[in-house]
Amino acid sequence: MKRQYPDWQGPRNRPLEAVRRHLTRVFARAGVFAAGVGLLAAGMASPCCAQSKSPADSIAEYRKMLADDNPAELFEAKGEELWKKARGPKNISLEACDLGKGPGQVAGAFVSLPRYFADTGRVQDLESRLLTCMQVLQGFDAEQIAATPFGKAEQVSLASLVAWIAAQSRGLHFDVPQGRTEERRMYELGKQIFFYRAGPYDFACATCHGDDGKRIRLQELPRLTANPGDGVGFAAWPAYRLSTGELWGMQRRINDCFRQQRFPYPGFGSEVTIALGVYMGVNARGAESIAPALKR
Amino acid sequence: MADPMKIRAQAADGKTTVRVLMAHEMETGQRKDPAGKIIPAWYIQQVSAQLNGAIVLTAQWGPSISKNPFLQFTVRGGKAGDRVAISWIDNSGERRSDEATVS
Amino acid sequence: MYSRRAALSRSLQLAALMVAAGILPRLARADSGPYDKAAFEAKSIPDLLKALGAAAPVESKDVTLTAPDIAENGAVVPIGAATTLPDVKRMLVLVEKNPAVLSAIFEISEAVEPVVATRVKMGQTSNVFAVAMLADGRMLFAQKEVKVTLGGCGG
Repeated sequence: MKRQYPDWQGPRNRPLEAVRRHLTRVFARAGVFAAGVGLLAAGMASPCCAQSKSPADSIAEYRKMLADDNPAELFEAKGEELWKKARGPKNISLEACDLGKGPGQVAGAFVSLPRYFADTGRVQDLESRLLTCMQVLQGFDAEQIAATPFGKAEQVSLASLVAWIAAQSRGLHFDVPQGRTEERRMYELGKQIFFYRAGPYDFACATCHGDDGKRIRLQELPRLTANPGDGVGFAAWPAYRLSTGELWGMQRRINDCFRQQRFPYPGFGSEVTIALGVYMGVNARGAESIAPALKR
Repeated sequence: MADPMKIRAQAADGKTTVRVLMAHEMETGQRKDPAGKIIPAWYIQQVSAQLNGAIVLTAQWGPSISKNPFLQFTVRGGKAGDRVAISWIDNSGERRSDEATVS
Repeated sequence: MYSRRAALSRSLQLAALMVAAGILPRLARADSGPYDKAAFEAKSIPDLLKALGAAAPVESKDVTLTAPDIAENGAVVPIGAATTLPDVKRMLVLVEKNPAVLSAIFEISEAVEPVVATRVKMGQTSNVFAVAMLADGRMLFAQKEVKVTLGGCGG
């Protein structure tokens, strides 16, 4: 087909009619192709245009696709088995362990931790309390387990127990107590640590979690100085971490936060980590627990 | 002995949807440990699904199936009370079988 | 998108030529049989087709691939493969840019629908394919590009 443009004299001088004819030809050819693409797109399950969806929407869709069938369930099943199984040098189960609601009372215990325990004279979170029970009831060496790297040996047992115990409080609302002096002291300590800037990058927890609207790449960062909402922040742990395929308890999460700030690990069950748990847990009062959750 | 699978089987509208979570490392054999040594490949290679004792689906998997593998399939028919059994064999020869009742 | 499909079509035409030049196409087996090591070691789609002794796949709107646009972590990407076609013998899941392209083979009996879902590891952003192998040897596919990101602090 012979083009019937006038001599090109630059865009402003191009007669409208010639432009219209040219565009008609272009679109006519494209139209056949577009119709084919349209049919194909209609037949495909997924939407064709990423531009119509923001990255945040796409990430939300990804998370939704994985929400049912959370591999954390495998850890929950293991945790239940470990709670009821006679283990350790004393060959006894954990069924008499007091998580704050009385010996053996598991439902509701998770959402009222960390709390003060009279028998140890200190505020403990779920994981340090489990260590106490594993030592006192079953004869395990608590110090050795605390020194064991995350994801290895008895640390995996702890993660499984944490998953099951948290699951027994799923849907309940956080109610971390502040009735005792020790509990209030730990809250204040946690707050102090939360804002304490140190390390080679001069980071504090507050650097990432002290304000609304913060983000690292595609990861939104909740503000933890107040209640960030149901199933967010403190209320989203323990969780199955897709990236490593492991169940992370709050101890691992907090210790890893310090590692990411280029601090050394404060240590498993250390006062610093428990204090931070009290601070975040009290701030999250009323938030619904969805643990164990699913995380990237 | 590998940990148990989580099997859910639900009958509705003349079909039974089965969802399975298996406990397995699914190590590709491409990763290195902190010392720089290759972590050996260790992954489920064959999966078999049975309804009331008859094989309805089999699968061959490569190491690129995710850790703690997920499987979903739909049986034609099936009703509450039927037995679903899932079995797997990995490249080391280890096996695991679990059963669940259709709800 | 057009050029990508054209490129795939050309590579599949090449694969078909390779198949025609050498091995006769094998029909899919009904039982699981021994583990198809060669197929799971194939590093490219043409190599995979050769290992399977399969015909060059044709894109089809009767095959559906369900996958996210973006995977927040490449370790776990949910993939659904389905087809409305009859006489399906196998469903395959392929990740083009993985070190070995074949993720899974599902042997479909008449007792199940040709609808399966699993989760795969993706090393990087890549085209993902759901392939239906029919009893007559035809191979039909759907594809989608899944972006893989590294989120948060990277850990």
